[in-house]
Amino acid sequence: MVDMRAGATGPGAVASEPSAGPAKAPPVQDERLREVSLLTRIMRRPELGAVAGLVLVTIFFFLTADRTMFSLAGVMTILAPAAQLGILAIAAALLMIGGEFDLSIGSMVAFAGLIFGAAIVAWQLPLPVAILATFVVAAAAGAVNGQITIRTKLPSFIVTLAGLFMLRGMTLVGLKWVTGGSTQLRGIGDAAGEGVLRSLFSGHAFQGLFSWLAANNLIDKFDNGMPKVSGVPVSILWFIVLAGIATWVLLRTRIGNWIFAAGGDANAARNSGVPVNRVKTGLFMLTACAAALVAILTVLDAGSTDARRGVQKEFEAIIAAVIGGCLLTGGYGSAIGAFFGAIIFGMVSIGLTYTRFDSDWFQVFLGAMLLLAVLFNNFIRKKVTGER
Amino acid sequence: MTTAATPLIEARDIVKHFGSVIALSGVSLTVNRGEVMCLLGDNGAGKSTLIKTLSGVHKPTTGEYRVEGRSVEFSSPRDALDAGIATVFQDLAMIPLMSVTRNFFMGREPTRGFGPFKWIDFDHAHAVTREEMHKIGIDIRDPHQAVGTLSGGERQCVAIARAVYFGAKVLILDEPTSALGVAQTSMVLKYIHQVRQKGLGVIFITHNVRHAYAVGDRFTVLNRGKTLGTYTKSDIHIDELQNLMAGGKELQQLSAELGGTV
Repeated sequence: MVDMRAGATGPGAVASEPSAGPAKAPPVQDERLREVSLLTRIMRRPELGAVAGLVLVTIFFFLTADRTMFSLAGVMTILAPAAQLGILAIAAALLMIGGEFDLSIGSMVAFAGLIFGAAIVAWQLPLPVAILATFVVAAAAGAVNGQITIRTKLPSFIVTLAGLFMLRGMTLVGLKWVTGGSTQLRGIGDAAGEGVLRSLFSGHAFQGLFSWLAANNLIDKFDNGMPKVSGVPVSILWFIVLAGIATWVLLRTRIGNWIFAAGGDANAARNSGVPVNRVKTGLFMLTACAAALVAILTVLDAGSTDARRGVQKEFEAIIAAVIGGCLLTGGYGSAIGAFFGAIIFGMVSIGLTYTRFDSDWFQVFLGAMLLLAVLFNNFIRKKVTGER
Repeated sequence: MTTAATPLIEARDIVKHFGSVIALSGVSLTVNRGEVMCLLGDNGAGKSTLIKTLSGVHKPTTGEYRVEGRSVEFSSPRDALDAGIATVFQDLAMIPLMSVTRNFFMGREPTRGFGPFKWIDFDHAHAVTREEMHKIGIDIRDPHQAVGTLSGGERQCVAIARAVYFGAKVLILDEPTSALGVAQTSMVLKYIHQVRQKGLGVIFITHNVRHAYAVGDRFTVLNRGKTLGTYTKSDIHIDELQNLMAGGKELQQLSAELGGTV
């Protein structure tokens, strides 16, 4: 009985217990508001598929993989590639929601790597200037993609497919030009120098914390007392922070509303005063800058750059975005979904090596996951909008 | 200058050429406060060109356009909107995959916060949406629900309610009933009547004479880019209006052949 009273907050419950009535007024509630069931609310989340997929994949590896996969070191190994892909996938997801594609981001990673490497090694620019230059070049390339798409009204698929080949080719030519014939540019790590800025873009964060944890036997350590995981790779932090920012912008700000509107129906959005062209151009610049960020992170970690950097990343990013709930037609999707999509990617690509399965099953998984996600998204969309 | 008697919109001898095509060759029309002006005409009569001119999409080649007594020249739909002329286009301006609230405030989101950290005030937005929908008798159970779940008539009403909420003085409705069933149509017509009672001027474009006659105060008939005439409701019978719109004879003949059902 006591429990019943405590739970009696709805208007109906108050009416059935008149003794409680005069003491406190029943909560003011709009009688036209139907309680939306929790299930409906969950079903409306575009990232539902990605979360469900992640749970399934986790269960699968829990049953088949070696236990070390779920140790701290194993999780970091999974998250590192997930983070690199995820940074691209989050930007690609926003662009897809805005109704466009960017197939040039993979090549953009290589091209931005070249710009960054050349700035440091060949032109001997200081690290801050090199980083700034890389982002400026990437943003400019993104703006060009956007303007061509908007002005010609061609599908961005084709426009950026051209970019895919042009940027890759320019990277090859540029690398040979800078190095005098090689397609790999070395010595970037040493020439970049040290400093606060560098530690934002390479190495591990929270090393003090991890040493302390190891000293107190809270995490695994080597025999000499060093922790087995020395810290969190900064790329993972970038990945998490960007996912948070992108989700907030998308769901809570005007720009987010404009992104949905631009992708949902560009004409309707224009009629309502949404600056569609500016939104789309901005999104193209964002994806290009995400590619530049991945380039800087990976080049600083590896200390060198080469022409094959970022190969096929454009497709993997789009797949992660689709697994995350983005519709190919635009106007619907989620940034946090792309976050989970990228983690699924990392988990499967790394996780298969912890099992007895041939790791080449990865490609099969990739295709199957994409197909499933598209079918699932279509079904959910019809459910959500009551499309007839 | 501006008094209650000044027409909200006064267009005189509007001419619009597209290259060698003369789309409008001298069209005049006025819209007063609290009045539904129906713009009738068959396909190709110039209805669309006229409303696009009034709503700032096209600039008239020659002719005078006054809003509340002041001569205006719009260079974009945004200008017209700022002058209080809102157009609800046939293809709606609603995005099915977005929620009712997001659609309602699209392009004019209320924000809180400061500097770059502004966010949409969703509490306010949901409350307003629910309130405005309630006023027009649409029971949206949940402002998060997608516009795609609303019926065609409800969507038209949401689009109209949005224009009214954001301070429109004149509503231009481009064939709002053409794709709707009977119940849906009566819902939209009822709402047009409500809007008129608030003192707004309405231009109601249609080629369905029955719909026009149900809510219209005055009727302007267009044919081949010209005004055939403007009539008040007491001046003209629905059958005459029908004939006028179709260009007369042929339809009368057909009507006789079919037993008066056209």
